[in-house]
Amino acid sequence: MNWKELILGPRLTWQSLPHEWFTIGGTAFFFAMALVAVVIITRMKRWTWLWKEWLTSVDPKKIGIMYMIVAGFMLLRGGLDAIMIWLQQSLGASNMPGFLGAKHGYLTADHLQQIFTAHGNIMVFFVAMAFIFGLINFIVPLQIGARDLAFPFLNTLGFWLYIAGVIMVNMFFALGGEYAATGWLAVAPLQGKMFSPGVGVDYWIWSLQISGVGTTLAAINFIVTIIKMRAPGMTIWKMPLFTWGSLCSMLMAVTVFPLLTATLFLSFFDRYLGTHFFTITGGGDPMLYTSLIWMWGHPEVYILVLPAFGVFGEVVSTFSRKPIASYATAVLGMIGVSSLALSVWLHHFFTMGAGADVNAWFGLMSMVIAIPTALLMYAWIATLYKGKIRFTTPMLWFLGFVFTFTIGGLSGVMLGIPPVDFQLHNSLYLVAHFHSNVVGGVLFGIFAGVTFWFPKFAGFRLNERIGKNAFWFWIVGFCLSFIPMYILGLMGTTRRLDTYSASTGWQPLYITMLIGGLVIMVGVVLQLAQILASVIERKRLVDATGDPWNGRSVEWATASPPPDYNFTMTPVVTTRDAFWQMKQEGIKAPEYEDIQVVKNTAAGFWISVFAFTAGFGFVWEITWVWVASLVAIIVSIMVRSFTENTEYTLKASEVRAREEERLKVAPKAPSAEEADPANDMGVWDLVKWLVAFGLDFVRRKQWRKL
Amino acid sequence: MPKNTTRQRPGSLGRAIVLGAAAFTLFYAILIHGHNVAVLNPKGWVAQQQLNMNIFGSALLLAVALPTVALLYFFAWKYRESNTKATHDPQFQANSMFLVVAWGIPILFMSALSVVMWSETHRLVPQQPIASSAKPLTVEVVALRWKWLFIYPEQHIATVNFVEMPVNTPVTFELTADETPMSGFWIPNLGGMLYAMTGHINKLNLMATTPGDYQGSTSEIAGAGFADMKFTTRAASQGDFDYWAANSQQSPEVLNEAEYTRLLKPSEADPPKTYSSYEHGLYANVLMKYSKDMAGMHMSGMEMK
Repeated sequence: MNWKELILGPRLTWQSLPHEWFTIGGTAFFFAMALVAVVIITRMKRWTWLWKEWLTSVDPKKIGIMYMIVAGFMLLRGGLDAIMIWLQQSLGASNMPGFLGAKHGYLTADHLQQIFTAHGNIMVFFVAMAFIFGLINFIVPLQIGARDLAFPFLNTLGFWLYIAGVIMVNMFFALGGEYAATGWLAVAPLQGKMFSPGVGVDYWIWSLQISGVGTTLAAINFIVTIIKMRAPGMTIWKMPLFTWGSLCSMLMAVTVFPLLTATLFLSFFDRYLGTHFFTITGGGDPMLYTSLIWMWGHPEVYILVLPAFGVFGEVVSTFSRKPIASYATAVLGMIGVSSLALSVWLHHFFTMGAGADVNAWFGLMSMVIAIPTALLMYAWIATLYKGKIRFTTPMLWFLGFVFTFTIGGLSGVMLGIPPVDFQLHNSLYLVAHFHSNVVGGVLFGIFAGVTFWFPKFAGFRLNERIGKNAFWFWIVGFCLSFIPMYILGLMGTTRRLDTYSASTGWQPLYITMLIGGLVIMVGVVLQLAQILASVIERKRLVDATGDPWNGRSVEWATASPPPDYNFTMTPVVTTRDAFWQMKQEGIKAPEYEDIQVVKNTAAGFWISVFAFTAGFGFVWEITWVWVASLVAIIVSIMVRSFTENTEYTLKASEVRAREEERLKVAPKAPSAEEADPANDMGVWDLVKWLVAFGLDFVRRKQWRKL
Repeated sequence: MPKNTTRQRPGSLGRAIVLGAAAFTLFYAILIHGHNVAVLNPKGWVAQQQLNMNIFGSALLLAVALPTVALLYFFAWKYRESNTKATHDPQFQANSMFLVVAWGIPILFMSALSVVMWSETHRLVPQQPIASSAKPLTVEVVALRWKWLFIYPEQHIATVNFVEMPVNTPVTFELTADETPMSGFWIPNLGGMLYAMTGHINKLNLMATTPGDYQGSTSEIAGAGFADMKFTTRAASQGDFDYWAANSQQSPEVLNEAEYTRLLKPSEADPPKTYSSYEHGLYANVLMKYSKDMAGMHMSGMEMK
C-alpha cells in the first residue's frame, strides 16, 4: 500500500471528477445555486441570523419549515428525473435513432437506470418523508397543545441527518459520476459488488442509511411527544386525526426502520468486507434480501400515507363545518392499517416461488388490510353528509385524492391476489399502482396539508385561485401519465425499460405519459406561482386571528405564526374538537405563566457533518476518514450529553411583554370582502404584476441597491 | 381587482368531467387499437385462468368502490355551501346503522374475494403440472446476461432467445440462472411469471392453446442490457414442433464448453440461435455451481471485477 492509497483510498482517482455531460451539468448547477445563495446571504448580512435563528434552532416549527423547503427543492429534482425517464422512454422505441452514446433515445441503459433509482429514492425518502416530517414537526405539537417536543435536540439531529442524506444522494454528480443502477430498493444480487462494482450502490446505501437513522430517531421523538406531552384534558381518544395518523405512522417507522438499517448494513458488509449475506456465491441468499427489504418497504408506504389520511380527516371536517362523523371508525381504520401493515410484505414477491399456502396467506392479509382503509373512506362520507362544504384548495386535493387513491387502492388489492400478480408483477401496472397511491395519496395529502396549514406557517394564507388552477393541471396530468401506465402493464410492458420493440405499439402511450408529465410540470410551476402571488399579496391574505378557516383543533387557538413557545397559555382540552368548543364558550383572556425554553444547539449539525464524512469514507473506502468520523461522532455525543445548561426559563412577565409587543405590531385584518378568495390574484394578474415590477425595477435603476 | 370567475358553476364542471372521461377513454382506445394487450388477450390455459381471476376481482371491487365513491362525490356536491336547500346538521354523528354499513360492506366484499382468491391460488400454483392427456414437455431455462438459454433434454437441443412449444401440451419451464441477477420469466400471452435464480429451480408450468409467436421477457432489472433480454415463444402444432426439433438437431452450432463460456459473458440483444447438441450435464452443472455444500470449490474463479 502506497501513500496515495492510504490518503485517498483505493477508489478515488482523477476519473472520479465530473467528465460527462450530466455530471458536469449537475455539478455546475449545484455549485451555481450554492454560489447564488452564498452571495445573497452575504450581501444581506444574514449569516449570523441564519445560523442562530434557523440552522441551530431546536424549535420544531422552524425545523418543520426547513424540512419542507428542502423537500420542495427535492421535489423539483425528482420531478426533473421523471421527465427525463419519460422522455427517454418516448424516444426509446427500436426504430428511433440514438444520441449521446445511447442505442435509442438520448440516455444509455445504465444512465436511465441510475436516474430512475435516484428518482425513487429522492421522491420517497427526501420528498415524501421530508414533507411528512415537516408537517408533523410543525403541526403535531400545536395540535396536542404542547410547547415543544419531548427531545428537542434529537429532532435537530434527525433533521441534519436527513440533510446529510440529501447531500449524499446528490454527491455522485460531483464525485464518482455514478449512482446506483439497481432500482429504488435495489435487488440482490444486483446490488452486490459482483454486478455493481462502482461507488453508485455505496452512495445509495449511505444516503439511505444516514437519513434512515434520522427517521428512526425522529419517530421515537414523536411517539414520546404524542404519548407524554398532550395538553391537560386531551385523552388519547380526543386527539385530532392528524395526530392519530402521525402516531400510527411513527409507531410503524420505529418498528421497521431498524430493519432497513440492518439490511443496508448487511449489504454494506457484503460490499466492503466481502461477507456473503446476499451474494450468489459463498452460501449467500439473495432471497433473504428481498424479504428483508420489503418487510421494511411495504410498511414504509403506510408510514407515508397515514399522516396524509390524517390531513384529509382535518380538511374534510373543517371544510364541512362538522366534527368527524365517526371518529372511532376513522381511528380504528388507522390503527388497523398500521397493525396489519407488517403482515403483507410477501405480496411483493409471490413470483419468487413460495408455495400456495404462503402466497394465499399473504394474499388474504392484503385483502384484510383493505377493510380499515375502506373504514376511513366511509368516515369521510359520513362527515360530508349534512355538512356545509366549502370548496377550498385543500378540499379539492381531497376530492382528487378520492379518485386517484381509489384507483391505486383497487389495483393494489388486485396485485395482492397471487394468480393475478403472476401476470402483472413488475409490469407498468404495478408502477402505475404505487404512483396512484404515492402521488394520488401521499403527495396530494401533503399539498392539502401545506395549503391548509400555510397560514399557520407564514401568517398569511395561500392564493386560492392559482392553487385551484394548479390542482386541475395536476389531476389532468395524472390521468394522462398514469392511466396509460396501467394500460401498458396490461400490454405486457415491464418496468424500467430503456428500449423496446417498435412493433409493440407502446410508443404512443409512452409519449402520452410524457405529455402528462409536462402537464403536471405546469401544475408545479403554477404552485410556485401560487406561492409567489401569495407573498406579493401577503398583506391582503394575512391571517390576523390565527384561525383563518374557522378551525376545530387547538393549533388554530394560537397566533399565526405561533410564538417560539407555541402557546402563551397551555390550552385545556375538554372535547374532541377542542378549539371549536372554546369558540362556542368564549375564549378566555390569557393568564401568563413561566415557560421552559430549550436553548439552540449546533450539536445535531456537527454530529451530522461527521456522519456524512463517515459515509463518505465508507463510500470511497478511505479508512482514516471513517475512523476519524466515527470517533468524532462518539466524542460529540459525549460532549453533548454532558452539557447541562440546555434550557432557560422565560418569566411570565417576559411572556406578557412579548405578547403585548406582538399584539401592538400585529397586522390588521383586512375586511371580509377584501379577504374574499374571489379577489385573489389570477395567473394573468401575476404576470402583469411581474412585468410592471420588472419595468419599474429597470426604470428606477434599482439594481444599484443590490 | 374584483373577480367573479371563481364562482362555482358546478353544472358545467360536471359536464366537463364526463366529457373529459369519455375523451380519455376514446383516446386510449384508439392508442391501443390493433395492438396486443397481452394480459387481456390470453393464448394459453394459465393466462386464461389468471385473466378470469383478474376480471372477477376487478368487477367485484368496482361493484363496491364505484357506488361508494359516487356517494362521496354526491354528498360533497349536495351539501355544498351555496346549496341553501340542503340541511346542515353541525352535530351530526354517525349512528349504529352507519357502523353496520361501514364495517359490513368491506368485510362482505373482501370475504367473497378472499374465498375465491384462496381457492384460485391453490388451484393455479405455477409450480404444479397442468392436468392434460398430452405428454408434458420439459424445457430447462437458464437466465444469462442478457439472454435466455433453453435446453430441451428430451430433444437434446438447445436454443437462445427462442423457444418453441407444441400447443395443448403442458410445458414445464425449469428456471434457473447463471452468474446473473434475479430475472423474471414472463410470457404474458401464455401466463405469468416466476423468478429465475442461481442455485434454484423454479418450475413454471404453461400451456399454449393457440398457435402463434408470443413475446417473452424478463420483468426484473438485471443490469445494463436487461431491456433486450427478450425471446420469442412459438406455439406450434405438434407436427410443426416435431419438424422443428428434428431440423434443429441438424444445426451446425453446438453448445460446447467454449460456447457456454462465451454465453456467460454479458451481451446485449443476442439474435435467436439453435444448437444441435449441448454439453452433457450442463444444466446440472449450472445448478451445482451454487450448491451451498460446494461453496468455495467452484467459486474461486467467479469473483469478477
